[in-house]
Amino acid sequence: MLWVDKYRPKTLDKVIVHQDVAQNLQKLVSEGDCPHLLFYGPSGSGKKTLIMALLRQIFGPSADKVKVENKIWKVDVSFSLNFFFFSFRMQAGTRTIDVELTTLSSTHHVELNPSDAGFQDRYVVQEIIKEMAKNRPIDTKGKKGFKVLVLNEVDKLSREAQHSLRRTMEKYSASCRLILCSNSSSKVTEAVRSRCLNVRINAPMEEEIVNVLEFIAKKEGLQIPQGFAARIAEKSNRNLRRAVLTFEACRVQQYPFTNNQAIPPMDWEQYVSEIASDIMKEQSPKRLFEVRGKLYELLTNCIPPEIILKRLLFELLKKLDSELKHEVSNWAAHYEHRMRLGQKSIFHLEAFVAKFMSIYKSFLVSTFG
Amino acid sequence: MAPVMQTSQPWVEKYRPKQVKDVAHQDEVVRVLTNTLETSNCPHMLFYGPPGTGKTTTALAIAHQLFGPELYKSRVLELNASDDRGINVVRTKIKNFAAVAVGSNRHGGYPCPPFKIIILDEADSMTQDAQNALRRTMETYSKVTRFFFICNYISRIIEPLASRCAKFRFKPLTEEIMGSRILHICKEEGLNLDSEALSTLSSISQGDLRRAITFLQSAARLFGSSISAKDLISVSGVIPNEVVQAIFSACRSGNFDLANKEVNNVIAEGYPVSQMLSQLYDIVIDADDISDEQKARICKKFAEADKCLVDGADEYLQLLNVASSTMQALSNMPQDMAF
Ligand SMILES: Nc1ncnc2c1ncn2[C@@H]1O[C@H](COP(=O)(O)OP(=O)(O)O)[C@@H](O)[C@H]1O
Ligand SMILES: Nc1ncnc2c1ncn2[C@@H]1O[C@H](COP(=O)(O)OP(=O)(O)O)[C@@H](O)[C@H]1O
Ligand SMILES: [Mg+2]
Ligand SMILES: [Mg+2]
Repeated sequence: MLWVDKYRPKTLDKVIVHQDVAQNLQKLVSEGDCPHLLFYGPSGSGKKTLIMALLRQIFGPSADKVKVENKIWKVDVSFSLNFFFFSFRMQAGTRTIDVELTTLSSTHHVELNPSDAGFQDRYVVQEIIKEMAKNRPIDTKGKKGFKVLVLNEVDKLSREAQHSLRRTMEKYSASCRLILCSNSSSKVTEAVRSRCLNVRINAPMEEEIVNVLEFIAKKEGLQIPQGFAARIAEKSNRNLRRAVLTFEACRVQQYPFTNNQAIPPMDWEQYVSEIASDIMKEQSPKRLFEVRGKLYELLTNCIPPEIILKRLLFELLKKLDSELKHEVSNWAAHYEHRMRLGQKSIFHLEAFVAKFMSIYKSFLVSTFG
Repeated sequence: MAPVMQTSQPWVEKYRPKQVKDVAHQDEVVRVLTNTLETSNCPHMLFYGPPGTGKTTTALAIAHQLFGPELYKSRVLELNASDDRGINVVRTKIKNFAAVAVGSNRHGGYPCPPFKIIILDEADSMTQDAQNALRRTMETYSKVTRFFFICNYISRIIEPLASRCAKFRFKPLTEEIMGSRILHICKEEGLNLDSEALSTLSSISQGDLRRAITFLQSAARLFGSSISAKDLISVSGVIPNEVVQAIFSACRSGNFDLANKEVNNVIAEGYPVSQMLSQLYDIVIDADDISDEQKARICKKFAEADKCLVDGADEYLQLLNVASSTMQALSNMPQDMAF
């Protein structure tokens, strides 16, 4: 098992970072009930860990016994919301379609990534909630309890799906609690946010990350040289998951650790850094063509395009004069926005590179003639 | 075994006034409706104004006061935006509801006038087509129904509907009125709020009493019965002033790398960028040492970034762009993006 999983705290009283939040959560559910919750904060900051520990706090160890299911949901799609690729089969007011989705569930909760259902996300969410409302757990005294539905990546949920959630959150509030998890709260509609208790999970500070790494080292019986954990923390960009992964990579690479041991960067980051150097060295159609191949390579390895763009900007900014920094960051924002509206991210990544080359080249010409 | 659900009613519902006279700060509509209670006469109504100012409350209260609990179901139809409100659904529902005739006998001490009430809440989210279809329906059943349209933006209601109604604008509640409603709840719930916390709550809710009550209940759940200003800020999603100021000072410093560092910090802390923009906006607008032209330049960028965020653009890149543009505007650097 990877250390990120092995050392994920299982209960609220065992967390190393976010102890204050964990205490509050304990208080929150101390009477057995809980409101709908929205956890938001950057990736790798510890949201999922807290959510799982919270479920365990509410339901006890049986919340850990989860099974993975690949389920097919039959959903009725109403006429008004058809989409081009199945509209040809529609005659009546509604028709039933199959949506396949992976869920993780215990007797008390169901967890899923509704955005995996694409256009059908709103129907899937509604169906699952209805089904959960039907199968309410009953306690020894014959009273009905509630189930928890954990929805990941709600920021990727369509607006329609979010809108249809607001009524559902009220209508099924007796049988179902929602725990929503999102990287950004800006992308969750105000109506949904205002129906939840919002819990912000910030990225841990470097010192806190060091504490986690030292804890793991102790458990693994490892000696770490002075300042070594701090270097990993610094490179992690306050991403705890990443710090733990890197730490384990260092362990595999070389043990005993040495003071000057290099902290390995992520492969793809190394690759983006090379792209940045390529662009700085030569600005020409030929070079653009080569860079395009490399961008493709990254995309086919499932690195999200906006992450590539941000990393590329990061690398370029390190090398630029201050007056160009403004212009280049403006363009990065511009092309990322376009990418979001369009469909082929490679076009926009390439456009950004081309734009950069042209700006940089005219800068060089005007400065050095 | 699964824990048992406690029926903990949200305070927003628990403290919703049941009578029209208890609706605060909306004197005009209260006066008209009090009159309605005496005369049993009532035009079609259109309530508009920002969220949490009492629109739904007022409509529900008058409906209850006119018909009482027994007749309520058969006399009042509530539809809101979460219901399916395609044209046909609305037409059929209203038709079925309005078509059944009513008598006018007083019933259990309630006035029970001889009409039915149809409340269309969040009406501004209805399509133009659906609204147009309603015109006919309104005419057809005008003798036996009264419509209450509720919306935030009156401009989204088509003119032929709006012109048939008596229109009432609901004003944002003042801090005093918010304060007194909140104190009332605190008393009922046994909460302790010092004066700083009280004024903080009034100001972060910006005239929206629903938000104020929601924040209060969240804070009570998390922090117990003694609630500080800081507790309220932490549940409200409002960004602490120091953090906003840090970004703004970085913009004033003219140092790009410093601004970038602050932007990174905002993202790592998980603060929503849309919220950051609205708080930065307040600072920029209030600043005495920024010229109107500079303010205009900065605000234009805010507007663009806001739109991009709605489209789903990346928060870091948008905030960095705003910071960089603000910096350029403050130091009067030219800023053009030539294609
Ligand atoms: N409170 C915590 N204390 C100690 N380690 C933690 C804590 N939260 C998270 N971690 C570690 O960080 C990793 C990433 O956290 P996770 O909850 O998956 O982040 P997120 O859901 O925000 O992306 C976990 O696998 C775990 O190893
Ligand atoms: N004018 C008001 N007087 C008293 N309470 C109010 C008033 N406006 C809002 N509230 C409180 O805020 C909550 C939300 O009000 P509501 O009428 O639903 O707002 P909206 O204007 O968005 O329809 C109610 O539960 C009520 O407690
Ligand atoms: Mg995660
Ligand atoms: Mg309302």
